[in-house]
Amino acid sequence: MAISQMVGASIKRREDPRLVTGTGSYVDDLPQTALVYMHVVRSSEAHARILGIETSRAKEADGVLAILTGKDLKPEFGAPLPVTVCFVPDKKYPNHYPIAIDKVHYVGEPVAIVLASSRAAAEDAGERIEVKYQSLPAVVDIEKAIAAGAPVLHEELGSNLSYDVKFAAGDIEAAFKEADITIKQRLIQQRLIPIAIEPRGVLADYKTFANKLTVWSSTQIPHFVKVWLAVILGISESNVRVVAPEVGGGFGSKIRVYPEEILTALASRRLGRPVKWIEDRNENVKATHHGRDQIWDVEIAAKKDGTVLGIRPTQWLNLGGYCSQFGTFQVLGMLVAQGAYKMKAFDGRAVGVFTNTTPTDAYRGAGRPEATYLIERVMDLVARETGIDPVEVRRKNFVRAEDQPFTTLLGLTYDSGDYTITLDKALAMVDYKALRREQAEKRKQGKYMGIGLCTYIEICGLGPAAPTQAATGVSLWGMSVVNVHFTGKATVIIGSSPHGQGHETTYAQVASDVLGIPVEDIDVQHGDTAIGPMGMDTYGSRSTALDGNAVHISAMKVQEKARKIAAHLLEAAEGDIVYENGKAFVKGTPSKAVTIQEVAVAAFQTSRLPKGMEGGLEATTFFDPTNFVWPFGAHICVVEVDAETGATRILRYVAVDDCGTRINPMVVDGQLHGGIAQGIGQALFEEGVYDEAGQLRTGSLVDYLIPTASDLPSFELAATITPSPVNPLGTKGIGEAGTIASTPAVMNAIVDALEPFGVKDVAMPATPQKLWQLMHRNGGTKR
Amino acid sequence: MNPAAFDYVVPRTLPEAVAELVKHGQEAKVLAGGHSLIPLMKLRLSTPSFLVDIGRIGNLSYIREEDGHIAIGALTTHHDIEFSDLLKNKLRLLTSAASQIGDPQVRNRGTIGGAAAHADPNGDFPACLLALDAELKAVGPKGERTIAARDFFVDTFTTSLEPNEILREIRIATPPPGSKGTYLKFSRRSQDWAIVAVAAQVRVTGHEVTQVAIGLTGMGSRPVRASGVEQALRGKPGHDDELRAAAERAVDGTDPQQDLNGSPDYRRHLAQVLTRRALEQITAHH
Ligand SMILES: Cc1cc2nc3c(=O)[nH]c(=O)nc-3n(C[C@H](O)[C@H](O)[C@H](O)COP(=O)(O)OP(=O)(O)OC[C@H]3O[C@@H](n4cnc5c(N)ncnc54)[C@H](O)[C@@H]3O)c2cc1C
Repeated sequence: MAISQMVGASIKRREDPRLVTGTGSYVDDLPQTALVYMHVVRSSEAHARILGIETSRAKEADGVLAILTGKDLKPEFGAPLPVTVCFVPDKKYPNHYPIAIDKVHYVGEPVAIVLASSRAAAEDAGERIEVKYQSLPAVVDIEKAIAAGAPVLHEELGSNLSYDVKFAAGDIEAAFKEADITIKQRLIQQRLIPIAIEPRGVLADYKTFANKLTVWSSTQIPHFVKVWLAVILGISESNVRVVAPEVGGGFGSKIRVYPEEILTALASRRLGRPVKWIEDRNENVKATHHGRDQIWDVEIAAKKDGTVLGIRPTQWLNLGGYCSQFGTFQVLGMLVAQGAYKMKAFDGRAVGVFTNTTPTDAYRGAGRPEATYLIERVMDLVARETGIDPVEVRRKNFVRAEDQPFTTLLGLTYDSGDYTITLDKALAMVDYKALRREQAEKRKQGKYMGIGLCTYIEICGLGPAAPTQAATGVSLWGMSVVNVHFTGKATVIIGSSPHGQGHETTYAQVASDVLGIPVEDIDVQHGDTAIGPMGMDTYGSRSTALDGNAVHISAMKVQEKARKIAAHLLEAAEGDIVYENGKAFVKGTPSKAVTIQEVAVAAFQTSRLPKGMEGGLEATTFFDPTNFVWPFGAHICVVEVDAETGATRILRYVAVDDCGTRINPMVVDGQLHGGIAQGIGQALFEEGVYDEAGQLRTGSLVDYLIPTASDLPSFELAATITPSPVNPLGTKGIGEAGTIASTPAVMNAIVDALEPFGVKDVAMPATPQKLWQLMHRNGGTKR
Repeated sequence: MNPAAFDYVVPRTLPEAVAELVKHGQEAKVLAGGHSLIPLMKLRLSTPSFLVDIGRIGNLSYIREEDGHIAIGALTTHHDIEFSDLLKNKLRLLTSAASQIGDPQVRNRGTIGGAAAHADPNGDFPACLLALDAELKAVGPKGERTIAARDFFVDTFTTSLEPNEILREIRIATPPPGSKGTYLKFSRRSQDWAIVAVAAQVRVTGHEVTQVAIGLTGMGSRPVRASGVEQALRGKPGHDDELRAAAERAVDGTDPQQDLNGSPDYRRHLAQVLTRRALEQITAHH
């Protein structure tokens, strides 16, 4: 490879000028004439039979074109909404249609759609629709849902249990026999509501005589949506185009084929006019899937010296009212719950349960935050029980550099990493010993400072095709096209579908490095199924490890062809050609070079090409790496808890992350900032709460608290760089690392702060009231 | 959602506005900054069919001192209160409270008249106005009347204003020299509504607390005066132990609610802690 100039450069994101000036185009900004607006009438009941839907009064309202219910639309569904395997091939789940047919299973489920000439008209008419429900008892709690006598959501399944599966390896009985210490702990992963700043939105335009459907959707997965629209609507896939325009955040919440994508398309086909639906925040909190909502029960076998021998975790997952498309993806948590540590045995169990709540699915990290929270709390629980410093407990159990590539008990192989390097760096940044002294001093003055660590590993870069096919039911790989134009400028098409990750900038850097074409002359296109081959879209911190590397490989292929052409133009042997900074020359004579621009012209003036060579300067890559990538890092959080009010203040937040090669360090830092903030949100603020009847009590941003800038400290970020051996750029993932690491770091700090009160665990979120109660439950008496 | 359909007028004078309210009766609502009313309309929790936008009526936005009183026009924004030099010098309690309301957008649009008329039990200004014994001047079809703050705030989202009355001005006696005020607000997240907040205005003359007025936010269905604290402190030297003992009485006569952010017990405890901190802060330099 030529000397790297662009990779590693913090150039400004080219996406930002249009976004910060409000000139980017989200779904709601797209111009369309003859537009019809869709309003979705949603269930007000958590669990009920639909006895009838009275629409006549609504049909008479001004501007109404049509009103459709589940019964009207059922014959048009060629298939139910998709559900992928995701680690649990034998799960039980009901057919889930885009709109309720005769029963509703959660508040917010679509029951009717109104199509009208304006949004206001559609909403007004929606108010006039009367749905007659026969209310049924609801259940929202995991344990209650599988208790005897619980109301059953889907009678055809017999119970609310979807699956109960084991993930075990090693001799767990022996581990517990050998243990000096055993600990049992219940850990709460509260329900989270994703809150992308742009809610979802869809514009569907079906052209009747051409039989062609175009759908613009605020989605992370345009390529998947295209396939499923074709299947569910029975339209040839070649006649379906899906575009993800500007997408204002996803965090996993836009990773599935959604009812509204199907409903707008069906409506457009019926009416012969484009149909738009834009979710508002009130819908968003109920209609877009939720994350987490799990209980983890763990038993730990450890020795007095801090060695963890084995763990026995049970993951109870609340699936919500249906099994969402990737609704069992969170079980991935089981597979990676061993974390950065060696142990002798692992005995895991995952149990999925239906309840009358909004379905849960992927949310930033999807399984990995839960797993990391588990294992990082385990390390601190062992530290507390043995009286050994949490740093030392981690060191004692770490997978060592010489163990790499390390294979876990459940058979996954880490690609690289010396976990002590990020830990040591983070400890040095905070001056850990001094911090512990400060903590001791402050305690004497009645001030409760806490220090929390998280030394995480993360699986990402999904994935090599074979294991992802086996585990999830979908083969995952990266895709790129690099196309050099006549004038020597280039277009890059990628299979990922960024929505805030900056691919337009970073992948231009990657291609520029290989081809020597200035970064400004490389355009990166994405999110439109009509512009290139199939792509596997963006989620799970996968894009750069796959599509980013695919760009590199395509650019290398183009460079290869450019060398051949240059050799021909220079009348030299190909083997003697050096390609550097966009110039090809015979080794030793850089003054007599042909530029990539000259090569490009020749590539299209095909008579100037070597005999037998086709024209054009273009390459396509489907990249399938040999393994996943495994970023790692050490985060340290320092908090102070006000003993009088229970309020937590984050005093410092230090993060040392190793995501391999950093193409654009500024973009990496941006991903970390957002990620850490989101993880802090889970630790301190966020919780989706249902009442017993299945009504969402946190239905607006007044009650569902996401962190704001003023709630957060200034993050202190640093890096170590261990290139991944499984892809040419050496990149790993960074999109979710911040979230994965920060939640346990903050919670470990809070539990540490409350140590004088005998507190061993705090159920998230750590609200002031909860901490105040924990500190004063024995009349404030300290241990 | 969009609000339900409504008609809208923009009168230029108060009498015109009152006439519109009279004409449309219960169906009409006054619109000021819109930062409480419009969210409710978008949720369709409030569905007035007629809005009287008082935003273009001249001369309703001012802060001035006259006859020993500070007069604040109903349309004065939270931002203008926050940055008023007059208030910074003479009525810090109000600038302190204003600076903690919502975010800059909210403070740029929201008005003190709207905040008072809306009477949100977790809103910040009501407890201040109560502590300061403010007088609220309202204009209606029968002319103008003055309502004392203690009579103005009736219940959650309920005041003693008639539907056809418009709040015009808020008057507060200028505190005597040496009187100091502060607003301490506790919320789960910055820029949020208070779980509990304390509005305190105290004057220590020599070695005697000569004025003490405490209003509490979030301790009932309307703002309350912590009269127990006031009684305990008035006329005392204001030593630390007295402050502490007096603050304990912040719970007297309160009836705080249970919600997602706090139980009644927690709220009572916060009221005591915040009252003590407010008193300590104000008397710190004596
Ligand atoms: C995101 C957000 C955060 C907020 N945070 C806070 C906070 O932390 N603390 C806080 O105290 N408030 C907060 N608010 C509310 C804000 O302060 C409002 O501006 C205020 O409560 C109402 O003032 P307004 O001028 O916007 O009134 P409007 O919304 O226009 O009116 C509110 C009500 O008062 C009536 N009304 C208004 N003016 C008059 C008048 N002159 N005479 C008679 N009736 C009148 C209206 O008819 C309506 O019923 C927040 C609001 C938002 C949107």
